[in-house]
Amino acid sequence: MKVTLTVNGRAADLDVDDPDMPLLYALRDGLALRGPRFGCGLAQCGACTVHVDGKAVRSCVYPLRSVGKGKVTTLEGLGTSAHPHPLQQAFIDEQAVQCGYCINGMIMQAKALLDSTPHPTEGEIKDALARNLCRCGTHLRIVRAVKRAARVA
Amino acid sequence: MNSMDDSDVQVINVSRRAFLGAISAVGLVLVVGCSRRDTASADPPKYGADSMPHGWVDNPLAFVAIAADGTVTVVCHRSEMGQGVRTSLPMVVADELEADWRRVQVQQAPGDEQRFGNQDTDGSRSVRHFFAPMRRCGAAARTMLEQAAAAHWGVPSGEVTAVNHEVVHGPTNRRIGYGELAVAASHLKVPAGDTLRLKAPSQFRYIGKGEVRLVDGPDIVAGRGMYGIDTVLDDMLFAVVARPPVYGGKVGSYDAAAALKVPGVVKVVEIPGTPPPSEFQPLGGVAVIARNTWAAIQGRQALKITWQDGPNVVYDSKAYRATLEQAARTPGEVVRNQGDVPAAMARAARRIEAEYYIPHMAQTPMEPPAATARIVDGLCVIWTATQAPQATRDRVSKRLAMPSENVTVNVTLLGGGFGRKSKPDYVVEAALLSREMKGVPVKVTWTREDDVQHGYYHTVSVEHLEAGLDAAGKPVAWLHRSVAPSIRSIFGPDPRHEAPFERGMGLVNVPFGIANLRVENPAAEAHTRIGWYRSVSNIPHAFAIQSFVAELAAAAGRDPKDYLLELIGPAQRVDPRTMGDSWNYTESPERYPFDTGRLRRVIETVSREAGWGRKLPPGQGLGIAAHYSFVTYVAAVVQVAVSGKGELTIPRIDVALDCGPQVNPERVRTQIEGACVMGVSNALASEITFKAGRVEQSNFNDYQVARIDAAPREIRVHLIASDFDVPLGGVGEPGVPPIAPALCNAIFAATGKRIRQLPIRDQLAAHGSQPAANG
Repeated sequence: MKVTLTVNGRAADLDVDDPDMPLLYALRDGLALRGPRFGCGLAQCGACTVHVDGKAVRSCVYPLRSVGKGKVTTLEGLGTSAHPHPLQQAFIDEQAVQCGYCINGMIMQAKALLDSTPHPTEGEIKDALARNLCRCGTHLRIVRAVKRAARVA
Repeated sequence: MNSMDDSDVQVINVSRRAFLGAISAVGLVLVVGCSRRDTASADPPKYGADSMPHGWVDNPLAFVAIAADGTVTVVCHRSEMGQGVRTSLPMVVADELEADWRRVQVQQAPGDEQRFGNQDTDGSRSVRHFFAPMRRCGAAARTMLEQAAAAHWGVPSGEVTAVNHEVVHGPTNRRIGYGELAVAASHLKVPAGDTLRLKAPSQFRYIGKGEVRLVDGPDIVAGRGMYGIDTVLDDMLFAVVARPPVYGGKVGSYDAAAALKVPGVVKVVEIPGTPPPSEFQPLGGVAVIARNTWAAIQGRQALKITWQDGPNVVYDSKAYRATLEQAARTPGEVVRNQGDVPAAMARAARRIEAEYYIPHMAQTPMEPPAATARIVDGLCVIWTATQAPQATRDRVSKRLAMPSENVTVNVTLLGGGFGRKSKPDYVVEAALLSREMKGVPVKVTWTREDDVQHGYYHTVSVEHLEAGLDAAGKPVAWLHRSVAPSIRSIFGPDPRHEAPFERGMGLVNVPFGIANLRVENPAAEAHTRIGWYRSVSNIPHAFAIQSFVAELAAAAGRDPKDYLLELIGPAQRVDPRTMGDSWNYTESPERYPFDTGRLRRVIETVSREAGWGRKLPPGQGLGIAAHYSFVTYVAAVVQVAVSGKGELTIPRIDVALDCGPQVNPERVRTQIEGACVMGVSNALASEITFKAGRVEQSNFNDYQVARIDAAPREIRVHLIASDFDVPLGGVGEPGVPPIAPALCNAIFAATGKRIRQLPIRDQLAAHGSQPAANG
């Protein structure tokens, strides 16, 4: 079946075998996006986080059929390497990246927080990121990066 | 395949090209490196990088290219997994080259140790072993540029100097850029290593400064980083594999009918396994190949497989622990012995005994293992996240019966490694499946369940310690029995004993001035794949020894920090061989003695910086631990707060580290910060258990690692300054081992509860907070 997704402001047509396929697989295997990442497939680690109509969702368990006409935003939709979004820039400025694999989820989750709470407390940041895993242990810098982004916003 | 972004295609095309082809587009034309050291000849003993397969290469023709526009490309031959090596090593080259970092780009080397030297990115070795060769590499290229400029102007080469991407003729102040010199320089002879003029440390532009940012940072935060799992090729297929749940098991029979009905599934095929010891070869099983990863996963769920489990079906973590404990209470192979421990024990005023248990753990890098392979015209091309590019190439070539030169291993970013990606079984799977599909590109993705249940696990161990104290509470006898299955069991018949490299990780090389000291290693049989996990055997050894020292201090009524320093005794440089350690992290015992003065200094530094002895509210405590590993000295003070309900928080960790000179201090700090969190994960939450030979955990819901709320609230890293004439120590791993014991010592200080079994999990729940008797 044909599915049309709106991703980062562009319409993309996909051939889909299974409408229950989670969004992540369509974004990665179908559209060759690599902001959203496969980490657990079980909504346990947050690496796959994208926004659907501005809300952070775990795309590894979010069925394609639930997206409907929703607007999907991925990390690629925020900014580019050359022109990063202020939140992306804050992660650079705090050197918050080690291996970088969790960073998609951290940024997309933090973006959803800052959209609703522009000046969060440290506790609010940690609560928002509590379901996102990082194995390199760069947690403290991630929190600092979100704080910095909130400051410059 | 529908690409959202044209640059996706471009990235693939770049990595598709042969490496020389990609590089020959730029000015300083490269030839195959030729200064490979012969590491095969036997005498005299070789240490450090010389002792590694294919040693080191410092030939600028292998590592540096300069384009006509002056863009400098530096090749990084070690794998990037978050430690920052793609920044740190090229930065070293750039510094000696007098290159402007803003005009430097980094290119990842494929697996080819003949050209680049050893590429095994493990053992905390990359900067330690390649700082010197990369300096020479940069200095040689700089010298060639200077010689080319001197020839261009017809002046003596002594009158010209390279400064920030150009060569200057002092007497006339003429200047010429690197880009203009590149072609002429490329025709010059590479100067011999011993003729090179290296910078004095005062002249370093980037080395030791910590101001260079990660080269991959901007791409990673924008979703442009290329990891092993990201490879997308035209007409590629996607696979997952159902592997035998028990190590050494195999497929009895299977029914693929339902799987083949899943829309998108293309083929189901059996992969033959390798019976134990299976080294880096696949476990075997049944692969489902599909048009996307989801279909492959759905297809796998629909498979009906009857497994033949084999002898390891008996593996049961509860029963195995009892076996280990029994072994630890019985004399075993003596691996270090001085004085007369039984006699001293008999004379001792008091005897203290404790046993510690440290379970299996899984590395669980955030990016699970994944690899893509394509075979065309007898050439196999791999894209993967691997810590061992050459080992990967060798294993693929062997399994495909293809000459090694016909296998290209392109190394992507690694979404974490921690030792898991040193074992390329997943890459061999991809190669076999591509061959099965007549060479069509196939990507094998390990789901998290695959990663948790079919890994190469950190060993499991019981550490049994006994000490005899004199009337003053000072140890006069020390007995340590360590029992743990060995990593060697994946390579050959199970030796049932720890290897010299495992014993050298803090078991035999205890730096204590105790006259009667005996270390034994009773036998333990492996029933699963044992593999390197960040810091390896240092984790159980440091946990047991540093916990036990604190227990002795408590028994003696002494301050744990003072007691630890007294045990270490006065500063001295000890030959590791005299402590029964013939391995010494492959470093020379003369250049790298065990310097107890440096161990003392990190303990003194961290105590001072952490405010050791400061008054804390009830339910809080400080714990200290120190450990030498990867030829680096580390001490940690952990502060804990334990609530009345037994909830643990970690307000702060201080770490002092002496790794010799810090080439990239910012990356050293981040590695230590990360080590603190991983140490906390190991201590609090992580455990793999087996029942009926099968791993009981499956994903991050039941294999726990520290999340942001469990992470320390504050981490302070105190780096010991060091001259550049001191040999370099490792950085990636040595931060981990002292964290768990310091944490448990802090819990004791806070509550009086002694933790002897990891993970802590809910051991504090029943306890709550009580003032400690001591500490």
